Amino acid sequence: MRKVAIAGVGMTKFGRSDKSGVELFAGAAMEAITSSNIKTREVQALFLGNVLGDFEEGQLNIAPLCANELGLPVDVPATRVEGACASAGVAIREAFIWVASGYYDIVLAGGVERATAMDTPLATRTFAMSSESRYEVFTGVTFPGVFGMVARLYADKYGLSLQTLKEQMAMVAVKNHKHGAKNPLAQFQKEISLETVLKSPMVADPLQLFDCCPFTDGAAAIVVASADIIGKLTDKPVYILGVGQGSNGSLGRQKDITRIKAREAAAGQAYKMAGLRPSDIDLVELHDCFTIAEIVASEGMGFFEFGTGGKAVEKGETAIGGRLPINPSGGLKAKGHPIGATGAAQAYEIVKQLRGECGERQVDGARIGMSDTLGGDLATVVDIIYGV
Amino acid sequence: MDYPLTHRQFYEGLKAGELLGLKCQSCGTYTVPPKITCAECGHTELEIARLNGMGKIRTFTVIRVAPEGFNAPYIVALAELDEGPWLMGNVEGLDVDDNVDGLIGRKVRVDHKVIPPLNYSAGEGVAVTFQLV
Ligand SMILES: [Zn+2]
Repeated sequence: MRKVAIAGVGMTKFGRSDKSGVELFAGAAMEAITSSNIKTREVQALFLGNVLGDFEEGQLNIAPLCANELGLPVDVPATRVEGACASAGVAIREAFIWVASGYYDIVLAGGVERATAMDTPLATRTFAMSSESRYEVFTGVTFPGVFGMVARLYADKYGLSLQTLKEQMAMVAVKNHKHGAKNPLAQFQKEISLETVLKSPMVADPLQLFDCCPFTDGAAAIVVASADIIGKLTDKPVYILGVGQGSNGSLGRQKDITRIKAREAAAGQAYKMAGLRPSDIDLVELHDCFTIAEIVASEGMGFFEFGTGGKAVEKGETAIGGRLPINPSGGLKAKGHPIGATGAAQAYEIVKQLRGECGERQVDGARIGMSDTLGGDLATVVDIIYGV
Repeated sequence: MDYPLTHRQFYEGLKAGELLGLKCQSCGTYTVPPKITCAECGHTELEIARLNGMGKIRTFTVIRVAPEGFNAPYIVALAELDEGPWLMGNVEGLDVDDNVDGLIGRKVRVDHKVIPPLNYSAGEGVAVTFQLV
């Protein structure tokens, strides 16, 4: 297997956009390509995360349209990748494997979503299409509902009062908004108070509106290249040290949903490939689609003992300046969550952080970062470790 | 290979008042709802079994913002059946605006409700329901 690096990265402003999905992606991709010091015709393959283009814009098979928009040659395979909210994580792992194998030298990966083109009932329904359609969708379960059940089980399993857990969850939202306020590409660049979270409307008990990430339009892209040629593309390469991806079945089959087995598998693979441990990681971009999701992810990736992730937030360990900054970008919560693009936006943040280009939200001295993207009902998780 | 028990047959069972599943001839685990291999060991020698339909609530949520085609509020829960599997269903017969905090651990009996075809649902569906006992 060859060593693989990231040359350039690109990302749109996240939020509400009147650009089409193709335009959003092409904007982010062109930034990644230009900053990699290559021409579009040098890209040999495209892996593109996109989840709901058909419902958002009536657009299926968006990948070759994006390739053509960018001016990639017709002999470049362009493939849409769908792993629900983990789609772009899956796309980056695919790009890594094709380059590591020696089949390609330069691959473009990323993702795009235009979730705000749907109204809330349709968006809620289509997001819930990642649940098991035969046995679980007919209950009317929603994506916030899944994590509402994670939160209730978590409190019960670890003997926490729901009130204590809810306060810890609210602290995740406050922290990520504080980080997002320093990110010019974030959807929400505004700090919030604990009270704002705890007084917001109930969405799926015990999750309130400010426990939930927003619906978002946006795109992000990265150029993945063989380390053999990376010197020609950039003088600030960031290496992909380890990747992992796990899969699981419906929520009922998973039983104890406070332990996300697909994540434990994905993180385990990534650590093994990189030859690293959780204590080696300097910063993390992880899947905080809901506040409780950040707490269980920080445990599942091995940073905190099970049942103590909320305590770590309370002590400030996961804020910028803390022992292990989590979601310095603002995370899905404040930066926004264009579901097909999120994994690539995490890669964007980690590359910028490891290059020391994050200004006010810079994690000082960061050399190793880790991303974690989760899709569906805890069914697809991709974890990636990056280093300089 | 023939399916030991399809989702349609599982639905028909629920409608007839029976909770059907599969019992593994190799490891003895019950797989509910059914699938083509044992949920525990992956074996394919599975025998159709009738479960007692009893379990207890392990976790739940009250949905306040519903998807298109559903009317909030309602309760979605995961219950652990006496035979081991966990099932997702709606808790019925409870006012969601009452205090629901004590729901975890409550004993329930599995029932069902028929859901008329939704957009993109490949026809009629059946949701598991949990009646508090
Ligand atoms: Zn078995």
